[in-house]
Amino acid sequence: MNKLQNLYEALANVEGYIYPNEIALNWDLLIVMYPYITGLVAGAFILASLNRVFDIKALRPTYEISLLTALSFMLVATMPLISHLGQPFRFYEMLITPHLTSAMAIFGFVYIWYLMVVLLLEIWFDYRYDMVIWSEQKKGFMKFFYKALTLWVSDKSPESRKTDDKIGYFITVIGIPSAFLLHGYVGFIFGSLKANPWWSSVMMPVIFLFSAMVSGIALVMFIYMVINFIRRKKNDILCLDTIAKYLFYILILDFTLESLDQIHRIYEADESFDILKLLVHGKLFFTFFIMQIGVGTIFPLAVLGFFQFKQPSEKIRKILYLIVSSAVLIGIFFMRWNVVIGGQLFSKSFYGFTSYKVDLIGGKDVWLSLLWFIIPFFILAFLLWLLPPWKKAKHVEG
Amino acid sequence: MPLQVKRLLIVFAILIGTMFALKYFLTPESWREFGPYRGNALKEIAAQEAKYIDTKTCAMCHDLIAELKNNGEHNSIQCENCHGPGYKHIDDQENNEMKIPKGREFCIRCHARNAARPLNIIKQIDATEHNIGEDCITCHNPHQPWL
Repeated sequence: MNKLQNLYEALANVEGYIYPNEIALNWDLLIVMYPYITGLVAGAFILASLNRVFDIKALRPTYEISLLTALSFMLVATMPLISHLGQPFRFYEMLITPHLTSAMAIFGFVYIWYLMVVLLLEIWFDYRYDMVIWSEQKKGFMKFFYKALTLWVSDKSPESRKTDDKIGYFITVIGIPSAFLLHGYVGFIFGSLKANPWWSSVMMPVIFLFSAMVSGIALVMFIYMVINFIRRKKNDILCLDTIAKYLFYILILDFTLESLDQIHRIYEADESFDILKLLVHGKLFFTFFIMQIGVGTIFPLAVLGFFQFKQPSEKIRKILYLIVSSAVLIGIFFMRWNVVIGGQLFSKSFYGFTSYKVDLIGGKDVWLSLLWFIIPFFILAFLLWLLPPWKKAKHVEG
Repeated sequence: MPLQVKRLLIVFAILIGTMFALKYFLTPESWREFGPYRGNALKEIAAQEAKYIDTKTCAMCHDLIAELKNNGEHNSIQCENCHGPGYKHIDDQENNEMKIPKGREFCIRCHARNAARPLNIIKQIDATEHNIGEDCITCHNPHQPWL
C-alpha cells in the first residue's frame, strides 16, 4: 500500500484545483540559494566600491574583506544551479555555445565577465605589490606560489604602484555597473516570466539588486566582526557605524521598492490578485510577514534607525550590529524563498495550491544548499590566509 | 605599457585562446544546424523505435475484448495505457507477454479522489474507505467497469 499512501500524502498537500504537473515543485531550495549567494557577491562588491570609488574612508578596514568575500561566494555562485541540473556534467556547454536567445544562456557571459574581468583583476591589482613583498619574504613553495600569483613581475617602484591603483580604480568603476548587471540579471530571469504573476514585474531586477546590496553589506559587517573576534582585535567602531548607516539607507530603499511593488499589485488587483492574497496570508505568512518583513526588515530598520538619533554605548552597538546583520541575512534568505518557492506554490489556474516541504532526511536539496553556503566561508578563510588584508602595505594613491 | 599590464594581457590572451580551443573541440557537432541547439537531437529522437502500437492492432487478435472495451466507459483509453508497450508482443507473443495489472494501486492512479479531477469525467473513490483490501477487479471488469 506504499504507493497508495504516497499518492494520498501528495494529494493531502494539495488544495483546491491544480494541474497535475504542479503537484511537485521543479525549483527547490537549491534555486533559492542561487539568487541568495549571487546577491551576497554583488552586495559585498558594492560595499568595496563605496570605499574605493566614492572615497568613504571609514570603510577602508572592510575593503579587502569585501572583495575577498565577494570572490569566495562568486566561486560557488553557479554550484547550486549545476548541482540542481539533471545533467550536471554538461554545464560547460553553456559557456562554449553562447547565444542570445534565452535569458539563462546569457548567465555564462555575465558570470565570466564579473569573475574574470572585475573581481579577479581588481583583487590582483590591489594585492600585486604585497604579493611581490611576500614572495621575497617567504621560502620554498610559498615563494614560488606568490611569484606565480604576481606573474613573475617584481616591480615595486612607486610608479608601478600608482599604475596598479589607477587601473584598480578604473576596474572598480566598471565593476559597479557590472555588479548591478549581475544581480539585476538574476532578478530579470524571474521578472521576465510573464506566465507567473508573482514574478512578472519590471520592478523585480531593481528589487533583487537592492536586496542584494542589503545582504552583501550585512554579510561583510558580520564577517568583519567575526574576523576581529577570531584575531582578538578591536572592531573599528567608526567603520561599523558607517556600514550600519549605509545598511540603513539601502534597507529603506529596498523596503520602499518592495512595498511599491506590492502596493502596485494590490491596487492593480488583476485576475491573479485573489490567489496571491491567499498565498501571502496563508502559505507564505510565516516566511513573508514574520521572517522577511518582521525579522529581515522592520527589526533592523528600527534598530539602525534608532542609532541614527541616539547611540548607546559601543559594546551594545557591537552586539546589536551582530544581531542586525544576522537578521538581515536571514530576512533576505526568506525574501529569495518567498520569490522562488512562493511563485511555484499556487496553480496557474489561480484556483489551488500545492505545498513544499524541504526534505531534511534523504533529500539532496537541504544538504547541498548548506554545503554551498558553508564552502564560501572556507574559501574565504583560505583567501584571508593567503592574502591577509592586515599584512598589506600602506595604500598609495594613483 | 607597464610590465604588469603586459603580463596580464598575455594571461588573458592564453585564457581566451583556451576558450576558443575548448569551443572548437567541445562544441557538439550539429550545434546551430537549425537554431541554438544540437540539430542531431531531432534526428536522434526521430530515430527512436516506436514502442507503442494502436488499439486497432490489438483488436486484430483480441477482438472480443476490444469490442467489450469499446462499448464501455474505458472506450477512450488505449490498451497500452494499462498493458504497457506492445511493439514486441505483436511479433513474438510467447516471449513478450503483456502486463496485466490487477492490484488496487493501479486503478487508484486515476480513480483516487482528487479535487483537481473533474468528477463528472472520472469516477473517483476514497481508497482508504472503499472496500479496503479488495482488488478492484473483483467487482469491476476493467474492460467495462460497470458490467
